[in-house]
Amino acid sequence: MNRQLSRLAIVAVVLLVALVVATTYWQTWAAGGLQDRQDNAVELVAQFQVARGLILADNGLTLLAANRRVRRNGQTLYFRRYPTKGLAAQTVGYSTSARTQTGLEESLNDYLTGANTNLSNAFHRTLEQIGGATVRGNNVVLTLNPAAQELALQQLGDRCGAVVAMNPRTGAILTMASSPTFDPNLIDKPGGYAKIVKIKGACGDGSALLNNATAGLFTPGSTFKMVTAAAAIDSGAFTPTSIFHDPGYCTEYGKKVSNAGNPDQKGPEAFGTVTLAQGFQHSINSVFCNVGMKIGAATILEYAKRFGFYSTPPLETPANERAPSGLYYNRKIEYPKHPNTAVDPGRLAFGQEHLAVTPLQMLLVASTIANGGVVPRPYLVKKIIGPDGSTVRATKPDNLGRAIKPQTAADLTQMMISVVQAGTGTAAQIPGIQVAGKTGTAETNVNGVYTAWFVAFAPADDPKVAVAVVIEKQLNGFGGAVAAPIAKLVLEKLLHG
Amino acid sequence: MIGVAAFAVTLLAFRRDYRVLENYKYLFGLGAVALLFMPLLPGIGETVNGARLWVHAGPFQIQPGELGKIALIVFLAAYLREKREVLAQGRVKDWGPLLVIWGAAMLLLFVTDDLGSALLYYGIFLALLYAATARLSFVAVALGLFLAGSAAVYQGTPHVRERVTNWLHPWTTHKVFCPLSGTMTLRQDCTSYQEVQSLYSIAHGGYGGTGLGAGTFTNTQGHQLIPYLNTDFIYSALAQELGLAGASALLLIYMVFVLRGFRVSLLAGDGFSKLLAAGLTFGFALQTFIIVGGILRVIPLTGITLPFVSYGGSSIVSNFLLLAGLMLVSHRANTEVAGG
Repeated sequence: MNRQLSRLAIVAVVLLVALVVATTYWQTWAAGGLQDRQDNAVELVAQFQVARGLILADNGLTLLAANRRVRRNGQTLYFRRYPTKGLAAQTVGYSTSARTQTGLEESLNDYLTGANTNLSNAFHRTLEQIGGATVRGNNVVLTLNPAAQELALQQLGDRCGAVVAMNPRTGAILTMASSPTFDPNLIDKPGGYAKIVKIKGACGDGSALLNNATAGLFTPGSTFKMVTAAAAIDSGAFTPTSIFHDPGYCTEYGKKVSNAGNPDQKGPEAFGTVTLAQGFQHSINSVFCNVGMKIGAATILEYAKRFGFYSTPPLETPANERAPSGLYYNRKIEYPKHPNTAVDPGRLAFGQEHLAVTPLQMLLVASTIANGGVVPRPYLVKKIIGPDGSTVRATKPDNLGRAIKPQTAADLTQMMISVVQAGTGTAAQIPGIQVAGKTGTAETNVNGVYTAWFVAFAPADDPKVAVAVVIEKQLNGFGGAVAAPIAKLVLEKLLHG
Repeated sequence: MIGVAAFAVTLLAFRRDYRVLENYKYLFGLGAVALLFMPLLPGIGETVNGARLWVHAGPFQIQPGELGKIALIVFLAAYLREKREVLAQGRVKDWGPLLVIWGAAMLLLFVTDDLGSALLYYGIFLALLYAATARLSFVAVALGLFLAGSAAVYQGTPHVRERVTNWLHPWTTHKVFCPLSGTMTLRQDCTSYQEVQSLYSIAHGGYGGTGLGAGTFTNTQGHQLIPYLNTDFIYSALAQELGLAGASALLLIYMVFVLRGFRVSLLAGDGFSKLLAAGLTFGFALQTFIIVGGILRVIPLTGITLPFVSYGGSSIVSNFLLLAGLMLVSHRANTEVAGG
């Protein structure tokens, strides 16, 4: 009988081993998927037992996200609160009690809840938990400057648009304001979400939840001339002193493409004989139209790609809250198979055609020029600090590769200085500091209503801050008049404090 | 405490020779059947969580099936010891009592709506049948009969069908009819809620667990998240608080217990002792597998208790009796080895 008994013993042990295997499966491989499920009541409660990490502005003092501590039924629960309300609502995002998250609250969730495990902190965490200590998340210090952020939002008012600023040398994002904005404290209140969705801004169809700075797509208009000029000079086809004749229009496919009209003038302006630099300074469409036809759409798009177009810019926010810039056909980004035949090079050259860009992308173009031709890698998180005060992670500035030669960047900087000194962007002048910039006034499908842009950096000889401002649906609103003054104020705030 | 008392009394009562039990085997057989079917009696029987396994006795609520299990093992060990040679020859007339047991198991499954208990009793029966006759073909035939019977029961009883559906598809993406509320909801919010939340509880434990006493089992208002957490679902609570490390450690202890139990059975001198020890041990392992396997979605979930861990009087008493039985067999085996 002993042989049978031994076999039964093996069967019994195999049954128990199967249980160890199944337990391992649910607690390791399958655990992540289960924890992310919306109907997970255990995680729903457990989230309140964790003292979620704070999110702080660059000064380490301004609390963008903090906790409200409540004792209930013998449990200590932590509920999220946002002391600065709409100041950086889209970037910081929110974390609701139903466990929907957006922005950095979503993408940094593991750090904020202290679940970023490596072997040593998993061990410490377990030890602390056995000791009954509250789980504390890591605090996140951002690169955002709260004063500039507030100023930008105040300047935007209820108009739809965005202001983004960064240190062009490092890629640290100093301002990321999106308007209209919302108070994330409302999210968990009854009917709060519906209220937020109803916020439309002055443009009538804005969305408070959308981060305009990284996901808002706007026609770049003349700010795209930075890319065209970079392609023209860097490819060797033109120099800043190349001569053009401007009759007030350029002829493309046998038709006239006119320059922009000035509100105080009847009909489009005509500048006569000008250099490429002057064409840039006064934002003459016919000059760029001719540049586009000469170098072709393929070259322009190739340079655009070098600046980061056609890829989602890297940033710590969730990928679905960032959009790539480029040519959009039926709301889908597309790189044409045969750009030189499929794309109108003249209109592409001055930023119309089917171009749609994010403010962050245009900021990257200006920052690249400021940074001597190398594209900085944008980042929002300065450092992550553990509950014990140690630095868990500190961001090291990085770049995304060289887009243009240093000499091209220097030429473009000179051209951008002349825009602010005596061109379309004089409203951005700051006494004692040389500002380099480019205006943009993009046509919309309504006559006389424009998307106003200004992209700039300062000081021009040693750039410390670059900024991009965009405001939607401005009646007769030219970039130089509407956006440049805001860019100037934000630059001043960030340079002087 | 009652468990320890039962343990001590059993040890004392049979300190000289537990083998007298063999003489009363039919009494045990009848007793087992009586205990197993007791919850069906009108007036004292009670349905809890969809399965009819409980009996009121004054202020007490007991699960007689737990004691019935031990009685059944004693009966089977005695009966099979006596009939093993004849059974092995495979004459049809000797199969009568065994077919009766199969019928009883099926009937039990059908009337109590509890797949777990039926699986447990029948599994013990099969194990002992194999141990006694060494005929795998018997086991195969019996297993086939069980599966055929289960399939029929599956068709016939909604409760069992629901358990199997919850096992195969605990999550739905579209709304299905919820018999509990009579409305259309997602299955994870209705019939499979318990299973699914229990898996969430296990997943929340991760490697190291949340720590003893620090698990999350109530909502922010203090209400229980998982019904029957302390009895049927004790393993999911344990796995959350102790994590993979603790849960595996518990299962390893069970494994050691099972191996020791079979060692006792191997060393025992007579057939009855061998079968008794093996039956008790295998029953212990199988019961653990059925409940924990159900929680872990290895098999459909059934409501039986986890030996020694679940909070429940009947279960604890019966497990201490089981332990006492093993110790008696072990003691006798040791004495015989020493004496011989």
